Amino acid sequence: MSDRAGTGTTPLAVEHADRAELRHHFADVVQQRNAASLGMWWFLGTEIMFFGGMFCGYLIYRRAYFPEFAAGSISLNLLAGTLNTAVLICSSLTVALAVRASQLGKRKQLVNLLLATIFFGVCFLVVKGFEWRKEYTEHHIPTFYFSAQDMVNKHPNLHIDPQHAKIFFSLYFALTGVHALHMIVGIGIFSVITFMAWRGKFNPEYHTPVEIAGLYWHFVDIVWIYLFPLLYLIDRRGP
Amino acid sequence: MAEHTEQSEHIMSSGFYWLIWAILIGATFLTAWIATIDLGRFNTVVALIIATCKATIVVLFFMHVKYTSEKMTKAVLIAAVFWLLLLLVLSLADYSTRYAG
Amino acid sequence: MATAAVSTERKNYLNAEYGIRSWLLTTDHKRIALLYLISITFFFFIGGFFALLIRLELLTPAGDLMTADMYNKAFTMHGQIMVFFFLIPSIPAVLGNFLIPMMIGAKDLAFPRINLLSWYIYIVAGILYLHCLVSGGVDTGWTFYTPYSSLFSNTHVVEAGMSIFVVGFSSILTGLNFVVTVHRMRAPGMTWSRLPLFVWSHYATSIIMLLGTPIIAITLLLVVLERTLNLGIFDPSRGGDPVLFQHLFWFYSHPAVYIMILPSMAVISEIVPCFSRKRVFGYNFIAASSIAIAAIGFLVWAHHMFVAGISLYSALVFSFLSFVVAVPSAIKVFNWTATMYKGSVSFSTPMLYAFGFIGLFTIGGLTGLFLATLGVDVHVHDTYFVIAHFHYVMVGGAVMGYLGGIHFWWPKISGRLYPEAWGRLAALIVFLGFNLTFFPQFIVGYLGMPRRYWQYPPEYQVYNVLSTAGASILAVGYLLPMVYLLWSLRYGKVAPDNPWQATGLEWRTPSPPPTFNFDETPVVTWEAYEYGDMPMPDEVTLER
Repeated sequence: MSDRAGTGTTPLAVEHADRAELRHHFADVVQQRNAASLGMWWFLGTEIMFFGGMFCGYLIYRRAYFPEFAAGSISLNLLAGTLNTAVLICSSLTVALAVRASQLGKRKQLVNLLLATIFFGVCFLVVKGFEWRKEYTEHHIPTFYFSAQDMVNKHPNLHIDPQHAKIFFSLYFALTGVHALHMIVGIGIFSVITFMAWRGKFNPEYHTPVEIAGLYWHFVDIVWIYLFPLLYLIDRRGP
Repeated sequence: MAEHTEQSEHIMSSGFYWLIWAILIGATFLTAWIATIDLGRFNTVVALIIATCKATIVVLFFMHVKYTSEKMTKAVLIAAVFWLLLLLVLSLADYSTRYAG
Repeated sequence: MATAAVSTERKNYLNAEYGIRSWLLTTDHKRIALLYLISITFFFFIGGFFALLIRLELLTPAGDLMTADMYNKAFTMHGQIMVFFFLIPSIPAVLGNFLIPMMIGAKDLAFPRINLLSWYIYIVAGILYLHCLVSGGVDTGWTFYTPYSSLFSNTHVVEAGMSIFVVGFSSILTGLNFVVTVHRMRAPGMTWSRLPLFVWSHYATSIIMLLGTPIIAITLLLVVLERTLNLGIFDPSRGGDPVLFQHLFWFYSHPAVYIMILPSMAVISEIVPCFSRKRVFGYNFIAASSIAIAAIGFLVWAHHMFVAGISLYSALVFSFLSFVVAVPSAIKVFNWTATMYKGSVSFSTPMLYAFGFIGLFTIGGLTGLFLATLGVDVHVHDTYFVIAHFHYVMVGGAVMGYLGGIHFWWPKISGRLYPEAWGRLAALIVFLGFNLTFFPQFIVGYLGMPRRYWQYPPEYQVYNVLSTAGASILAVGYLLPMVYLLWSLRYGKVAPDNPWQATGLEWRTPSPPPTFNFDETPVVTWEAYEYGDMPMPDEVTLER
């Protein structure tokens, strides 16, 4: 069973002499890596619930105020959203390749791929920043002189209630804002990982931080994979 | 009785990762395009199905869940998704049965 | 009484290193447990202080001790502090942290530094809350219901909300540590079916912590955003839905009560077989029921919302599920009782608390069924009946389990024996004080006294006076252990490794244990609770 400790009769001190990165309370690196992996998966489980709470709010209000949600969705920049989705998918590719490079002990490739990942992450945030700036000038950011009058005018047959539209945008900014926060944290983590990789800390036997940071990054990508259709593609059937 | 478990790492070819990337990019443009076609109520369903396929592919291949021998990984993932569905479904059950009759 | 210090030659986790830095930067799960013990006791006093204010005000029907606003703050902060800063961390962060690695034969938890981080997160959250308190407090009720909390309250809702948001992460990290530890750090031979039931219960608790706490985090974040940015997502006049807040809030806060009770049940599962000198009856059922409580506990949240405007059909579903969730708890009570049957029962202090738990938790649990019944709930919702119900399970249940556990493992934690006579006396005082405080509340609630009111009609006064009298007795019962446990640190008899002759790997370490628990990883070849093979404890130990 993979979740048992190491050999039972060896004094624990001896097993740790030759492994600098092995922490004292683990019997061997396999156990340490399995613990780290399970820990990160559980953390991602909590993140599913964290975002999930907002998805619940989104679900209830979309049912209640579909016209406003549709109009709000149409006001978002489809090209930017699609592009950002593609950018994150590219970053997931570079992360997966980076983990592979660490498994193979290819330090230079690893560093380059990690830097590429950070680059794509920053790209995402830049595009997002442009989107938010546009939304600011359109008065679609709640509390910053919010006005949905333009949406009311654009969709006269939908009977848009501006206050309900504000709810759409509140959820939009909450969801994308919290997601962006997670991106920023991810970029921070990867910066540290890149530095460690550059210093040669990782090798085929030990690259756990790369793996588990990669898991986190893929998760943030998956959240966006759901946010994209739920926010940008509510109703794009119109002319 | 107690022995080391060697976690033999499944190292995939880089070409395979590029293939997954291509599928995901394709699915992205597909979902954006389908959204412009009128499928009535099924627009949302199709969009979510495509999103779920994409997410599944990322989980299975980029996150190596397909190749792991750890049952706990899959258990945790399924549990968290299931729990979220509990929240969504039971809350929805309240809202969708109001004003009935 | 031996006044000598604990074995001056033998190094243990207490004397391994000295100095404040060795405590504040420790990664030893046992030291972190003690850091938590001090912190939660501190907050227990503050929460208790607010309880004192409440009970003093309610001595008389008129609102004469404080203004209504002040009273709102008192019951709000009593609830929030007791729930988030005392009950939820209590047993897991103190006893769970201390014992779980030892019980499974490990040297530490899977992530010792994250363990320390979780304590610091708790402290930061605590300081935030204290700042909120001294700045004027919060008056929304512990439940933060919108739109009052999001729009109308003029108190420090944001600060309180952020503080609880932060403390939630302490909970999540503790749960994370426990789950990974139990999966990955068990000693050879320690199979799942040999785990102490204490570990099973904490495992179930940790699942709830991990899957539930993020929801309250996001919910409070949304309230904070609503309040600071004036969004309107919970404002009915702008199309918002306050009931959505309640769905999200209770999705966590109901399972949270199982976070509070499961660890206590964990303690009882250890105490009862030890002081019955008998294998626990129905090990598999108790283990499975812990998981069942955790799982089913997530399906019942809307029973807090029966009169909030949810649909009748969903109310029926949640009512039914609330009945179902009582079953695994009942199974545990039956099994503990069956464990005692034909056992050799002794009335030590931990066992007295266990008896108290079983009786009081049963009453609390049964009254929960009253509340789950739709028709009855319409009558007693938001009355003192509800207050009595949850205090029976949380105080009569969880706190008594906590005290029982502290006493049971005190010799292991401190290396000293507490004075048994005082222990039993305190347990008795707690039991009597508790019942006098809260039983009248069932009656006065049923008679119609609403909760959260600072004045009431004169016909309710007699019950309130009884309740306040009980509370003062209960306070004595709580203070006594604080005194004699501290006293025992210096003057208590030196404890042997296994004063109770209990089974469990933690009792095979010295009292107090060394920093790394075991010199060699144990190899387990026996089943749990093999009391048939254990000698009886010294009579002297119990008759001190």
